[in-house]
Amino acid sequence: MQVTRVIPCLDVTGGRVVKGIKFVDLFDAGDPVELAARYAEQGADEITFLDITASSDERDTMLDVVARAADQVFVPLTVGGGVRSVEDARRLLRAGAEKIGINSAAVADPSLIARVSDEFGAQCVVVAIDARRHGDRWEVVTHGGRTRTSLDAVTWAHEAARLGAGELLVTSMDRDGTRDGYDHLLNRAISDSVAVPLIASGGVGTLQDLVDGVVLGGADAVLAASIFHLGEHTVGEAKAYMADHGLTVRPA
Amino acid sequence: MIHVIDYGIGNLRSAEKALQATGAAVALCAEPSDLGGASGVVLPGVGSFGRCAAALESGGWREPITAVIDAGIPFLGICVGFQLLYEDSEESPGARGLGILSGRVRRLAGDVKLPQIQWNRLEIEQASTLFDPAVEQWMYFVHSFAPPVSERTTATCTYGGTVAASVEADNVLGVQFHPEKSGRQGLELLGRFAERAGAL
Repeated sequence: MQVTRVIPCLDVTGGRVVKGIKFVDLFDAGDPVELAARYAEQGADEITFLDITASSDERDTMLDVVARAADQVFVPLTVGGGVRSVEDARRLLRAGAEKIGINSAAVADPSLIARVSDEFGAQCVVVAIDARRHGDRWEVVTHGGRTRTSLDAVTWAHEAARLGAGELLVTSMDRDGTRDGYDHLLNRAISDSVAVPLIASGGVGTLQDLVDGVVLGGADAVLAASIFHLGEHTVGEAKAYMADHGLTVRPA
Repeated sequence: MIHVIDYGIGNLRSAEKALQATGAAVALCAEPSDLGGASGVVLPGVGSFGRCAAALESGGWREPITAVIDAGIPFLGICVGFQLLYEDSEESPGARGLGILSGRVRRLAGDVKLPQIQWNRLEIEQASTLFDPAVEQWMYFVHSFAPPVSERTTATCTYGGTVAASVEADNVLGVQFHPEKSGRQGLELLGRFAERAGAL
């Protein structure tokens, strides 16, 4: 049985949850631990924390958020942003993270995926791929979309899985924050050809977008931020809608 | 007092915190000689079967674990800790499990993505300490291997084929999923174990 996971994503900076459009124009959306606990209570299958500053002086703030969340939120926690070494991953896992998201550092040095995977197991390695469309292809971008790489997103997805990624978190930078829905063609191109689970991300504006992420994009899990942070929908409403539209979800 | 065996295989914080959240008295146990004082024992496990088996061996845990099980103390293996109750595993040929239950841990069969990383619904196969049979149970799984289904299997899930999700043989219990990451139902399960261990 394939059970679609619903994953609220909390972008964190300075110990607060923020949300913006295409990674800019940020507004404050609350306390990360409080929000994580609320979403877990609503039936979230996992929680993802993304440290969007990831400057070294804020690293400890994030560790503290993870540790406090792990003490009271008993669903899997994924933490990404600024993970550059096996030691960074170790600190987050020790603090209580279940999985580690790796993004820019893996593009700069792909061996980081293999090293973290060998040390802690593929099940805790989530490689985050931010991609932007160019014609009928997608280019990997890093550093919150500020840096182009000339890497093809589908090729990179294969390489990440081969190196030991347990899951791929695929974010469309064209859609992120726009509320126009996921980039289903991007997700489908990757999910059809890579054997590890795909988490769709970037662009959810309606509950139908979550359903489409699975049906059209082939995603194994759907990630969203604004629709939950703005109080438009609870996680429970999202799951009820998905169940009504033929998907198998864990009841909230 | 429940002892969570700390045998150097990584993060045990979530297992400890989840047991605490049930109201149980719990402590990490890093000394094999201290294990005898427990009223219940939890053996977590992450990573590969071989790595966990080697850590049990080199830490001198094998005999103390067998002793507490022989003494009838409630014992719960979680994930790879569940798999370690069996003889060996396809994942790590040559590595020796505890052999408390017979059989070999095998790779999940069927045309499905591995690892299974998802919540799954349990089929309750028989009455047991850990489950409320009146309630549909959903638990969080992260694994590519599982022990055999047997007459001691208390719950299964469907993923590719029928997968052993839990076992109960007298005082020996094991779960393939992660109750410490399975929300309210996971905490309830740990609470039932703690109750059986007299740790509440």
